[in-house]
Amino acid sequence: MKVSLKEVNKSFQKGKGETLEVLDDIDFNISEGEFVSLIGPSGCGKSTILKLVAGLDAPTSGEVLMNGRTVTGPGTDRVVVFQEGGLFPWMTVIENVTYGLLRKKMSKEEAHEKAMEGLRMVHLANFTGSYPHELSGGMKQRVAIARALVMDPDVLLMDEPFAALDEQTRLVLHKELQRIWQDTGKTILFITHNIREALTLSDRVLLMSTRPGAVKREFTVQAARPRDPADSNVVDLERRVMEELEEEMEKVLKEEFGDDYHLEKSRVRDSDHSDMGSHI
Amino acid sequence: MFVIVIIAIWEVISKAGIFPTFMFPPLIIPSVPGGVTVLKTLVGGVMSGQILAATGVTLSRLLIGFLIAVVLGLTFGFLIARFKWVDDTLGYFVTALQSIPSIVWFPLAIVWFGLGNTAILFIVAIGATWTMTVNSSAGFKNVPSIYINAARTLGSSGSHLLRTVILPASVPHIISGLRVAWAFAWRAIMAGELLGAAGGLGYLLDLGRSTQAMDLVLSIMIVIGLIGTIIDNQVFLRMERSVARKWGLRT
Ligand SMILES: Nc1ncnc2c1ncn2[C@@H]1O[C@H](COP(=O)(O)OP(=O)(O)OP(=O)(O)O)[C@@H](O)[C@H]1O
Ligand SMILES: [Mg+2]
Repeated sequence: MKVSLKEVNKSFQKGKGETLEVLDDIDFNISEGEFVSLIGPSGCGKSTILKLVAGLDAPTSGEVLMNGRTVTGPGTDRVVVFQEGGLFPWMTVIENVTYGLLRKKMSKEEAHEKAMEGLRMVHLANFTGSYPHELSGGMKQRVAIARALVMDPDVLLMDEPFAALDEQTRLVLHKELQRIWQDTGKTILFITHNIREALTLSDRVLLMSTRPGAVKREFTVQAARPRDPADSNVVDLERRVMEELEEEMEKVLKEEFGDDYHLEKSRVRDSDHSDMGSHI
Repeated sequence: MFVIVIIAIWEVISKAGIFPTFMFPPLIIPSVPGGVTVLKTLVGGVMSGQILAATGVTLSRLLIGFLIAVVLGLTFGFLIARFKWVDDTLGYFVTALQSIPSIVWFPLAIVWFGLGNTAILFIVAIGATWTMTVNSSAGFKNVPSIYINAARTLGSSGSHLLRTVILPASVPHIISGLRVAWAFAWRAIMAGELLGAAGGLGYLLDLGRSTQAMDLVLSIMIVIGLIGTIIDNQVFLRMERSVARKWGLRT
């Protein structure tokens, strides 16, 4: 197992004496080279799981294992791509991409070479001297992906990396990410609230329930790659995931709007149900 | 244009003879042929080196005091942002300290250091330290956690993280801190020099007062205004703009 979470619980201190339980006995494994997506309603603890795996936060109980060893802090074997990229605005593209390499005590020339290789992989070799604000949202995400890939991590952790992008850009990046994943054989943990995105990219989709988050169900996607959204397997899965999610969404909406709220199932079904985010 | 109107009004009042010439000297055109004008005194003072020398003295004091304040301010700011207990103690106190005009420290400075350079440096430094502290601690506290998290997963930690991420990410706050701190230091040094200490523009002002040479006083006021504006525009505004451009912030 590349990554294992064993009965992981996480709660946050919320003011005096009160605690907010976010994760409830999370237990799952990711094998080497597997592409796994986490999907679930907003606030269910997806980002929290990612941070625990990254070692940026510690579980309240239970443990996170990486290659069989307990995770105690961040390490360059697990690099994160954040929703907003997290590029350093005071550094140029190439400085951003070489940042981690130089920290590894790699020589300037070698780091530059590797960074160029990474940038070519995401088709941005001509923008090395630009600052992040001079790039489009899609380009920034590609730089962030290159910055993570050049570190040659065992596991790539991605927290809604394409959520802020328009549909066209997202489709292009899906293609690129699939190609990169197939070329490099990386293990990827991918967070999204877009069902279609999860089904297009993943080997396995873990569906989480509302807070305190637990893994409610697991779907294995057995469609040929590259994925065709019209594939009968995908269409069938999409409907099943949507049904499960509706249940969870109803809980969230009730929590937010009070008990008098009743989800109009037919309305939700008729709308573009690939993106539950728009209903939350 | 506005400046020309002001000069014209000044000249008229000066020539109208309401006040004696020594109190209200003309700026450019002498009232009697060969009489005093502010312009003449200014040019003369600069030529003879008197005003230049005084400017040099003032600026070097200012620079030293300011640098001390910047180093202290950054250190305090970092400690306040980093340690909760420093924030609860010093951080709380700094707000009070900041509201004390720096010249209020002068009596203490004289007793501690005697009337002289050190006392002046002290009030310049103390005038600028607290604003610098407040701004830099705000800068350090507001570093978006996404930058810190990204850097940590890329292998950074400790002083490397401080140097490569926390400091640069605080730069916009730090620059506005520098700008305000400089303005405080500039006011502090004038007050300090006016009250005592040989050399410097403030001392020349006091000299002008005691010899009733308002032409000298006005010349120096012009010099002070010019230096203040030039430094603010050429140094701090430029720094702010170049950072804003590089970061893509709105100006
Ligand atoms: N550092 C923290 N301190 C206190 N509460 C936190 C902290 N981080 C997260 N939480 C809480 O934990 C819960 C889960 O947060 P998390 O960011 O993991 O959700 P998420 O599933 O990623 O949601 P989204 O889809 O909106 O990104 C939220 O209720 C949030 O308020
Ligand atoms: Mg999240």
